[in-house]
Formats: sequence, C-alpha cells, structure tokens
Amino acid sequence: MKNTPLTEKHIALGARMADFAGYNMPITYSSLKEEHFNVRRNVGVFDVSHMGEFIVRGKEALNLVQWVTSNDAAKLKTGDAQYSCLPNGKGGIVDDLLVYRLPEDMCAEGEQAFMLVVNAANIEKDWNWISGHNRFDTRLINISEESGLIAVQGPKAVDVLQPLTDVDLKAIPYYNFTKGRLAGVDNVLISATGYTGAGGFELYAANDRISRIWDAVFESGKPLGILPAGLGARDTLRLEMGYCLYGNDIDDETSPLEAGLGWITKLQKGEFIGRDLMLREKEAGIRRKLVGFTVEDRRVPRHGYEIENEAGENIGVVTSGTQSPSLDRPIGMGYVDKAYAAEGTAIGISVGGKKLSATVTKLPFYKGE
Amino acid sequence: MNIPADLKYTEDHEWVRVENGNIAVVGITDFAQKELDELVYVEVETEGETLSQGEEFGTVEAVKTTSELFMPVSGKVVAVNAKLTSDGDDDPTLVNRDPYGDGWIIKVEMTDPDELSGLLDADAYKKLVD
Repeated sequence: MKNTPLTEKHIALGARMADFAGYNMPITYSSLKEEHFNVRRNVGVFDVSHMGEFIVRGKEALNLVQWVTSNDAAKLKTGDAQYSCLPNGKGGIVDDLLVYRLPEDMCAEGEQAFMLVVNAANIEKDWNWISGHNRFDTRLINISEESGLIAVQGPKAVDVLQPLTDVDLKAIPYYNFTKGRLAGVDNVLISATGYTGAGGFELYAANDRISRIWDAVFESGKPLGILPAGLGARDTLRLEMGYCLYGNDIDDETSPLEAGLGWITKLQKGEFIGRDLMLREKEAGIRRKLVGFTVEDRRVPRHGYEIENEAGENIGVVTSGTQSPSLDRPIGMGYVDKAYAAEGTAIGISVGGKKLSATVTKLPFYKGE
Repeated sequence: MNIPADLKYTEDHEWVRVENGNIAVVGITDFAQKELDELVYVEVETEGETLSQGEEFGTVEAVKTTSELFMPVSGKVVAVNAKLTSDGDDDPTLVNRDPYGDGWIIKVEMTDPDELSGLLDADAYKKLVD
C-alpha cells in the first residue's frame, strides 16, 4: 500500500485509515457527519494526493486531448478547467477526469500544455490508454507520484486561504485556476474546483511542499473551525450533489449518455474515440438512465442492490447509496430502464427479500440550506 | 479500545453477557461501533423466533455501510432493545455511545449454553482486533 505525502499526518491526527485504490487513506477523523456538515457549513480539508496527474505538452497536445476525451478541449483558454471523460471506444468509459489548460510559459513556440487529473485507481490504465493513442507530436509525462493535492472545501474556504496568498481568490471563477505563491510555496496551482458542491479550492503542489501548505491551511483556518475530512465525507458530499464516482456509477460498461454526461460529450467537436458509437446511441435513444432516488424506508440502499418496478420486475441496479446527512434520509443513484426514469416514478429497492419504497428524484439531492 | 473482561465475543464483533443463568444479552463491540461510525438505524425483525448460532438476527445501518448481525449462540430472541429501534426511542447512536450498556441489542433465551465456551474471551478478541 502506498502512502501520500500526508499519510503520517492523518495517522497522527487519529484518523481511521483504509486502503483506497492502493493508497493508505483517511476514512474519518472524528465522525463522518461532523466532517460532512463542517464542509457544508464551514470549511474542511481533504487529502486527495492519491489522484493521478499527467502533463500533455507539445505542438499537437490539443489534438491528443481532443482525440481521447469527449468534451471540447478547444474551448479551453489558459486558466480554464473542464470536466470530461475518456470514452473506451466500445460504448463505455475508461475514466472521468479534469482537463486543465496550462500556461504556455514552459512551452516552446507553437506548443500547448494540459494537465489531466485522473482517478487514483485508474492511473496505470489511463496512462496506457492515452499513451497507446498518442500518434501526435506531443509528450505525455506522468507526475502522479510527485504531485500532492489537497481540497479546501466549504463556504469559508476563501477566508482560510486568502491570508496565505496575494492571488485574489474571489477573482477566480468556478472551474478556473491560477498559479501563484501560497503559504510561501511558489507555483501552487490554485483551482476553483471540487467534488463536494460546497465551493472552495483544490491546491496542487509538489509532494515535498504539500505538507507545508496543509499546515499553513490548518493554522489559518483554526479560528474558523477548520477540520480535516476523510473519504467517508467526500462520498456523502458528492452523492448529495449527484456527482458520479468512477467504479460505482460509471465504468467500462456504462455510456456517458446513460450516465447523464451528455453535457460533456461534444459530438460536434470533430472526430474522437467512441464518437461514432455515441452518435448511433443518441440516434437510437438510450435504453437505461442513471437516476437519483430517495428512499421512504429506513434501510440504506447500497451498490449492487436490484431495482424493481411496482410489479416486482427487475428494472435496474443501484450504483451508489448512503444515508444523506443533510437530508437525514437514505438516498441513492442507479440505472433504471428509461420508462422508469421520470422524476416522481415509484420504484422499489430489493434487499435481502425485502423491498424498500423509493422515488426517482431530481439531482442534486442537496439544494442548499 | 474498550473490551470488558467479563464478556464473551464472536469474530463478527458481537458480545454476549449472561444474565439469570440462561439469558444472553447481545450487542456489538466498541471496535465494531467505531468501525461503522455513527449508526442511523437498527432493524431486528426476529423477536420471538428461535435461531441457530451464526444465523442473521438483524441489521445495522451506518452512513457508509450496512452490517448484518449474527446470533452468537442458539436460542429464542426474547427481547429487543426498544431504545434503539423505531418501535421505541429510535436512538441507534446509543450503540455508539454505550455499546456494552444501554446499547445492547437483543436478549436470547439460550437453547445450548455450552456454545458459550466456544466463543472468544476478552484476550482472544483483543488479539483479533489489534
């Protein structure tokens, strides 16, 4: 099992640790609910250094990114970030990712540079996939092992971080980033992104700098009630927003269109891997759809539970489920036959011979307090 | 980690305390409640049933996980802790706060008390979870 540059800090903080994607990661520090609500209402910090980062640089860097991803990377200006996915050419998804258009100060004349941020469990798979499709005049560099990443999330994130930097954080729009000095560390990539729906920033820096940033963030956030937050709260926060988790809600067998990711599949941008299949799928219409649902019962839906219609026939499967701390009730996402995808449709979740009553619900589950 | 010396334990993290000779009080251990994090629901629908050792008698739901509960000994489920369940006070977090006391889950009228000698003692359970 690998450590992140911050693993020792988590252990010193008394976190409950577990293997996640081959990394020794914090699941909870205090209690999941406390960490969850502190992010929603205040500010929390996640170590997500396990995520993978690839640099794509060269005269045809944009062409490679356009070829392997589904969203339109040509729309990105320096300082923009974009949610996208890697279609697998067989109708499924290799991974979902963030694409950053980097400044060109490190580039030679005529070159472009991007950073791709991928899921920890897929680093090797994505690297092989993208490398295997690199027939372009561009270089791929895997900096995953050298890169640390922390997410400072919540309504007070700006208050915590602004004293640590001269960069005007409020001037960074959502899904934009800038590079600057923060906590005495140069060249921190400060990204107004996150996986919580609570607002805030993700901070990328070299491994040997990230613990300095972590310490400074906690020092600055202390009077504001900052707390570390583990992967447990990360999951409840993302699920309340209806964000997909690779390996649960999307995978090599699910199409972006079924998963509700049509908004990141730009079929008109030109040729890319999997485009023809997606055009046909769009033409024919999808057969199943990823939906959110709330459960009327007290039992909590979990990945793999079957979904039934009112007649008891199988119509789909649960991909994610949890007890929502904000709604104080069980929620989930899953694929259902298209006939049952409309908001308000009554469905059943089958667990151990019991059937839980549930209702298809518009995402996100959490709409603010 | 709190592991009282006078209880018996299972590898599934239930504990047993014998009362009045033939009654086994059953709950989940301090280790188990910490691993599960805050419980949100305790479901026991086997009251009045006679179940064998190892059979499922209920379920606990935490935010992140669902965990089945198994009979540490064979017998009849004669009581369910109403403080925990939706039939009573509906306060499953009692299990987190007081796993060996007010957070007990069921009482079992044992049909084969000899099974107790096959359970783990506190030292053996401590080795299991360390």
